[in-house]
Amino acid sequence: MTLKISQAHIDAIFEQSRLEYPDEACGVILGSLGKDHAFRLKPMINAAHSPTFYEFDPKDLLSLYREIDDNDEEIVVIYHSHTETEAYPSRTDIAYAGEPGAHYVLVSTREEIAPATEFRSYRIIDGVVTEEEVSISE
Amino acid sequence: MTTAIEVRIPTILRPFTKEQKVVAASGETLSAVIADLDVQYPGIGERLLENGALRRFINLYVNDEDVRFLGGLEAPVKNGDSITILPAVAGG
Repeated sequence: MTLKISQAHIDAIFEQSRLEYPDEACGVILGSLGKDHAFRLKPMINAAHSPTFYEFDPKDLLSLYREIDDNDEEIVVIYHSHTETEAYPSRTDIAYAGEPGAHYVLVSTREEIAPATEFRSYRIIDGVVTEEEVSISE
Repeated sequence: MTTAIEVRIPTILRPFTKEQKVVAASGETLSAVIADLDVQYPGIGERLLENGALRRFINLYVNDEDVRFLGGLEAPVKNGDSITILPAVAGG
């Protein structure tokens, strides 16, 4: 599997990550059902407001799923930022990964690699992490 | 048996429900509905409960209201209600 994503979406995720630093930033990219096409970026509030944890607010989560159902969409990408560690799923990321069909994107804005950043994508299914290629379109 | 409570099942739990998105269950409390679901779809209860309590990273809603504000497992339900199960989107 390859994640296909636009440069504009990547830029927007890093921009959000910088704005919400030192907390982790999070959100989704939605697409039409069954197309695996990351189309509509939707930043979400990190209800945990934490540099080491993120969680969508349960109310926002329900609204998100209602919206997706109404629009015949699906969650193509679930992204969040790591502010001090590499862009690789943490143990908690793996334990709570609940969308087997989604690309889990992690970005890292940690200082030791600045001004470089990391943007990586994974499948997380039944506790197994598989990194995948990222193909960027303009 | 009257089974008139609609339960919406998230993707990750659909292997238990033969890929059905919506199933019917009965009970007068959330706890009873989960017990009924587990009879119909063995194993699903364990994915919702841990040591008799709701799992921290499973969100349950009765008619779009988070059950944590409705009394948790003791939340009353009645025929015609709709229960939605969603895995939290969370991590570290």
